[in-house]
Amino acid sequence: MEMILNFPCLCILLTMFSAIISSALNRRWARYLNTFVVTLVGILSAAVLMFTLTSGKSYVYQMGHFPAPFGNEIRFGSLEAGMALFFSVIMLLSLNGGREKIRMEIDPGKEKLYYIMINLLLSSLLALVYTNDIFTAYVFVEINTISACGMIVITEHGRTIEAATRYMIMSLLGSGLFLIGICILYDMTGHLLMEYLYTSISNIMAAGTYRIPMMVAIALIVVGLAIKSALFPFHAWLPDAYGYSTVSSAAMLSSLVSKGYIFLLIKLIYRVIGFEVFFGSRIINVLFVFGLAGMIMGSVSAIRENDIRRMISYSSVAQIGYIYMGFGLGTGAGMVASVFHILSHGATKSLLFVAAVGLTDASGGHKEFDELTGAAYRNRLAGAAFLVGALSMVGIPLFSGFISKLLFAQAAVQSQGKALAALVVLAVSTVLNAIYFMKTVIRIYTPTDKKYEVTAFGYKVSYAITLGCFILLNLLLGLFSQPITNWITQGLTILQ
Amino acid sequence: MGGNLVQNYGEVVAMVLFGIGFTNLLLQKNMIKKIIGLNIMDTAVYLFLAEKGYITGHIAPIIKNGDFSPDTYINPVPSGLVLTGIVVSVSVTALMLSLTIRLYRRYHTLDLDEISTRLKKEGR
Amino acid sequence: MSRIRDQKKYEKTFAFHFFRWLSGEKDMYVGNMEMKPQREPEETEESIEERMKDHQQVLAEVYDQTKNKELLLFEKAYKFLSILFCLALVAILIVTVSYLPRVGNAANPDNNIVSETYIKEGLRDTGAVNIVTGMILSYRAFDTFGETNVLFIATCCVMILLMVDEDKIKENADSNDRDFEPKNDVILQKAASILVPIVFLFGIYVILNGHLSPGGGFSGGAMIGAGLILYVAAFGFNKTEKFFNEKVYTVVKVTALVCYGCIVAYYFLTGANGLPCLVPLGEPGKILSGGITLPINIFVGSEVACTMYAFYALFRRGGL
Repeated sequence: MEMILNFPCLCILLTMFSAIISSALNRRWARYLNTFVVTLVGILSAAVLMFTLTSGKSYVYQMGHFPAPFGNEIRFGSLEAGMALFFSVIMLLSLNGGREKIRMEIDPGKEKLYYIMINLLLSSLLALVYTNDIFTAYVFVEINTISACGMIVITEHGRTIEAATRYMIMSLLGSGLFLIGICILYDMTGHLLMEYLYTSISNIMAAGTYRIPMMVAIALIVVGLAIKSALFPFHAWLPDAYGYSTVSSAAMLSSLVSKGYIFLLIKLIYRVIGFEVFFGSRIINVLFVFGLAGMIMGSVSAIRENDIRRMISYSSVAQIGYIYMGFGLGTGAGMVASVFHILSHGATKSLLFVAAVGLTDASGGHKEFDELTGAAYRNRLAGAAFLVGALSMVGIPLFSGFISKLLFAQAAVQSQGKALAALVVLAVSTVLNAIYFMKTVIRIYTPTDKKYEVTAFGYKVSYAITLGCFILLNLLLGLFSQPITNWITQGLTILQ
Repeated sequence: MGGNLVQNYGEVVAMVLFGIGFTNLLLQKNMIKKIIGLNIMDTAVYLFLAEKGYITGHIAPIIKNGDFSPDTYINPVPSGLVLTGIVVSVSVTALMLSLTIRLYRRYHTLDLDEISTRLKKEGR
Repeated sequence: MSRIRDQKKYEKTFAFHFFRWLSGEKDMYVGNMEMKPQREPEETEESIEERMKDHQQVLAEVYDQTKNKELLLFEKAYKFLSILFCLALVAILIVTVSYLPRVGNAANPDNNIVSETYIKEGLRDTGAVNIVTGMILSYRAFDTFGETNVLFIATCCVMILLMVDEDKIKENADSNDRDFEPKNDVILQKAASILVPIVFLFGIYVILNGHLSPGGGFSGGAMIGAGLILYVAAFGFNKTEKFFNEKVYTVVKVTALVCYGCIVAYYFLTGANGLPCLVPLGEPGKILSGGITLPINIFVGSEVACTMYAFYALFRRGGL
């Protein structure tokens, strides 16, 4: 067996070790260790990606001395390795962009606890991406939830703690439903590993026994994960949590945390429930309707906001609605569009948050729109980055958002019965996105005579490099979309 | 309605408890009662799992007298799942309680809705 | 050639309205009504106070739960729908349970080859007489490692929320220790001095015998943690700090978790690459058996004990 196949397990264990060792270090060494580990994970994941792309199949890695179904195992193909690489890149860039704010806003005695949270967040994301066992997925979903809560409360004022409490309540509701779904599924099949679950479920569906419990278990699992990733009616905690926490937390929460659950849901759909069973059931209609509702309601709420960070958070609600609409379309093309949107949204939303902090800092720390007039002239790079992010969100060609909207539209046209609704809502949502993003862009580029004091972000080189990398990532996703879409399609076929 | 409703009475109780816990977590105003609801919900899942593993007439899975036949012992897998679940439940309860303590110290109320209304009025 | 229009004609054009909307200054009266030229707003003390009072009153009226009709209606609808949702959930779950296989039936789908293999081969593969311990620490070792990390991250999160500086702890030392309890209660101390050693001994016994009888790292660790809490409750933090302060806590926790991680990493890497695990399984029934289960139980037990004590100390006084 090649050495390179050990890398995914090594990545997961490495991040966990770094979290444990960080609790004994002081804050400077914790920061260095964290940066080192995230970079190393990125490099190792890139190596695995190269390897799996050339060989074109997915590998099973045994965790322990016993083969499945008795022991645990992880499984990775090109899609999983690529998602791991993407997550580590976004995490590195978000951390760098928010480094100054971490230094300023977080209590020095608690800074190393923040890095512990981030290390464990990365380990839980990697485990969710690679796992092949449904109960391991539950344990790491809990680690993900708790680390996200820790990241929200690290800046302590009233709003963040209340937001974290609401987040934990909603998340625990979702976890409870997910757990009871797993237990009912175990009851009927007796397996916890995904491939054996798939065979058992196909046998049960073919034989026609246990029909109602099977539908209920699948519905509980899907609804549990949907609640956790802030699908439309369950999004009330999102604006408070993203709007008031520190910048790196907001960027990582919006790009990574919900996407971990959505990727787990994709894996469950392909590897446990089975494509045909999922698309034959009624649950995708429910996801479709809630996705459409989320797209509209998220944008409408964003228009009413007066605070730039809350506006970006409401825009996240709309984008998660897009992804669930892609699931609800019921075709393979819809799934490819959803996965591409995960990448595009992750890259763009973190860019928006990191750029927004530069703009607010250049306006004396105010976040309301009337103070932000002309902010782009005070911090040119942040303004340009915000412009790139806003154009990508609206869907202007050349940027990644355009490709994802194009893929959604193509998938919608090919599906039967849902094409009209999907296209209408896509159009309305694009117009609504344009309203609030373009208004913001025009406002920050309107010159004004007000003077504000020069702040920390004015001359930082690392901040400029971070923004440059984000813009480059966005353009890469937009220009090289064809190879990326091919990679996603190939990855989804071997996901099963 | 399937045939096993009466034989699975333990599981029915577990589901009713799950519903009670879920409702409390969602609808109660007082934070401590919400946390109690969370614990009831998790305990109901463990009851369900414990019922799952049981086989009538068999004993606990600790090897006695060199007897390795599966006809003597109950299913060990759900017990392992319950062990993991209990630890997760304890951790999450501790976290929720510490959040409640912080909120109480600052706002002197245990009612989450009142806290959000007060925050909206403060305008921050 | 372009001319500049005069103001009155410009105010009627579309461009004027559009730019006013864009810059957020749209005022529906301008251009539609005769208005006197406005004075500069003067900000005196009274006018500021007046404005603040009006602002407060508006907010109070809008968010007044008892009188605001919209809020009341929304609350009633929300309550009704949520109760309906929860009842529907319970009904669906009960109907589902009625279709599930019968409890206690030996021919259930979940008593399949997996559980049979665990029972038949468990002792031979893992060396543990207690099949459940052998299962969670050898067959499904990854889950248990994840679960230990859940405890660790929950402790860190509670520390973020509740930990205060050392100086503040010293300030509040008296009130933290004895605000609501009698100082140096004789009954409690005498009882604790008898019970605490027994609790510790029993906890250590449960940890060490995890692979031979019911028990294991988690239960034993919880017992030792309970013993520590009893000691602190009876004797106070000053006495406990002599043998268990923050340094000891960090050392014990980090060592336990790092050693556990090393064992697990060794186990996974040798297992996946086909190399044999060199930890001897020993003779079943003896304490020094079970391969990796005995050391893992010890490390898990110490970590859980530290965690339980840390939760108590953080809740009580904000620091270890």
